Amino acid sequence: MARNARPALRRQLYSAAVRLLVWLSASVCCCLLAVLIGYICWRGLPGLSWELLTSEESLLQGTAGLLPSLLNTLCVVAVSLAAALPLGVGAAIYLTEYARSRRLTAAVEFASEVLSGIPSILYALVGVIVFCSALGLQKTLLAGSLTLAIMTLPTILRTTQESLRTVPRSYREGALSLGSGRWRMIATVVLPSCVDGIVTGCILAAGRVVGESAVLMYTAGLSTAMQDFSTIQGIMRASGSTLAVALYVYAKERADFAAAFAAATVLLALSALINLAARLAGRRLGRRQRRKKHPAALTRRQGGPHG
Amino acid sequence: MAERTILAARDLDFYYGEVQALRHISINIPAARVTAFIGPSGCGKSTFLRTINRMNDLIPAARAAGSLTFRGQEIYAPDVDVTDLRRRVGMVFQKPNPFPMSVYDNVAYGPRTHGIRDRRRLDLIVEESLRAAAIWDEVKDRLKKSAMSLSGGQQQRLCIARALAVEPEVLLMDEATSALDTISAARIEDLTLELRERFTIVMVTHNMQQAARISDKTAFFLAGELIEFGNTERIFSMPRDKRTEDYITGRFG
Ligand SMILES: Nc1ncnc2c1ncn2[C@@H]1O[C@H](COP(=O)(O)OP(=O)(O)O)[C@@H](O)[C@H]1O
Ligand SMILES: [Mg+2]
Repeated sequence: MARNARPALRRQLYSAAVRLLVWLSASVCCCLLAVLIGYICWRGLPGLSWELLTSEESLLQGTAGLLPSLLNTLCVVAVSLAAALPLGVGAAIYLTEYARSRRLTAAVEFASEVLSGIPSILYALVGVIVFCSALGLQKTLLAGSLTLAIMTLPTILRTTQESLRTVPRSYREGALSLGSGRWRMIATVVLPSCVDGIVTGCILAAGRVVGESAVLMYTAGLSTAMQDFSTIQGIMRASGSTLAVALYVYAKERADFAAAFAAATVLLALSALINLAARLAGRRLGRRQRRKKHPAALTRRQGGPHG
Repeated sequence: MAERTILAARDLDFYYGEVQALRHISINIPAARVTAFIGPSGCGKSTFLRTINRMNDLIPAARAAGSLTFRGQEIYAPDVDVTDLRRRVGMVFQKPNPFPMSVYDNVAYGPRTHGIRDRRRLDLIVEESLRAAAIWDEVKDRLKKSAMSLSGGQQQRLCIARALAVEPEVLLMDEATSALDTISAARIEDLTLELRERFTIVMVTHNMQQAARISDKTAFFLAGELIEFGNTERIFSMPRDKRTEDYITGRFG
């Protein structure tokens, strides 16, 4: 007993020390985050007004306006996700469900791992060469969105792949044993149980898009003026800054820090909103998938004994 | 009633890559009977069961050699429509595996897969299948509820209903009761006896009593080989092979 007492004490001390350490790391992280958010809000909120959010910059009156950048941001997020989502999910389905060659899958996985670690300025270069010049899109929101689609593709691909892999084998076997073809099995059983993972991928991708500045400066332009979103042509030709780029423009070129911090606050709120919305949509979608195609007859029949 | 062979194997070999899991299996499985596969773990019972509906196709490098026929047609012939084969040869797995959908959608999954869209027809099939699987009374008021909310025994009967909904000719059951409590297991045994009149049932079981109680024919496997096959009563009372005797008297396995 006496001989055990010391090791026991040491073990207790040790585990207490470890607990303290991890607790410290957690609190430091939380504090950093809180301070950052607090500071941005403290500097940004005073400059934030309905006026600022709903108007464009006026050089004559010397007032800032974030509406164009807000719209540009939403546009870029929507277009880049619309391009990256089908591609990424499609590729993930091919790689996990159809591809026979282990080597191909491994190669693509490795490539997407590498691609997701590449500094975004390199994507800017690709965007400038491919979309702006070669495809003749010039510096437009469209070119920027497509460049960002490529940048976020690995994220969506990998998260979808991961969630496809977690679908229990028993679901697949159940579907196949009933005579389901491979595609029907994927569409009706596999994908519905992956919705959460795909939504997570979208949130991550949208987060990167909202926060990206380097790529867009080179491919989408710096204008803070209102773009014409009313016609297809207008949308194709629209060129301007997203919130993150506007933040840079206001801080660096106009030295208007009030506006810059206001933009930062809006950016913060926007990414929180996107996160929330995607989560909500994911939950909805998951539930609907599970309930989909419910015959109305069934609801009627549940009242009576045999309908 | 004379026995009619529905599934026949002649010198069937099965390989997982280099590993040979079945050796020269030759057997005639009769229609409208319950055939039980018994034998120690790893002897190839599941492998044989899964060659019958080609579930082994999922495993890379797995291949079959020799002959295996269903109603005289080679199951591994290149022109076989595997989805049609699986519609006609249903399967119930060891662990209940309902889809994360409603009870109704689970049962309707197969019929929908095979093109039935008419709601009234689906309603009818769902009800009939659930009744046939002796679970209708328990779920009729919660057809829209998630199948995951059912108990394990109910889930397994739901899986049986789901398999019955496509009107298979053969039902393969791979230790379908081993993950269940004894009461649920007994219900599924009773169910099997009822279903025998309409389907050919091939079941794998670890449970000797179960095999003796509900099967008409018993096949004893050992290390990938079919050691003995015959009427269940005869196998359990007068096994011809020493190894069969040792196994059913519990001397090994
Ligand atoms: N997917 C697989 N890959 C490789 N070997 C397998 C696989 N499944 C089963 N085996 C091997 O085949 C043999 C028979 O297995 P199985 O048919 O599952 O036996 P049982 O169902 O009788 O317990 C075992 O030796 C097992 O290790
Ligand atoms: Mg087995």
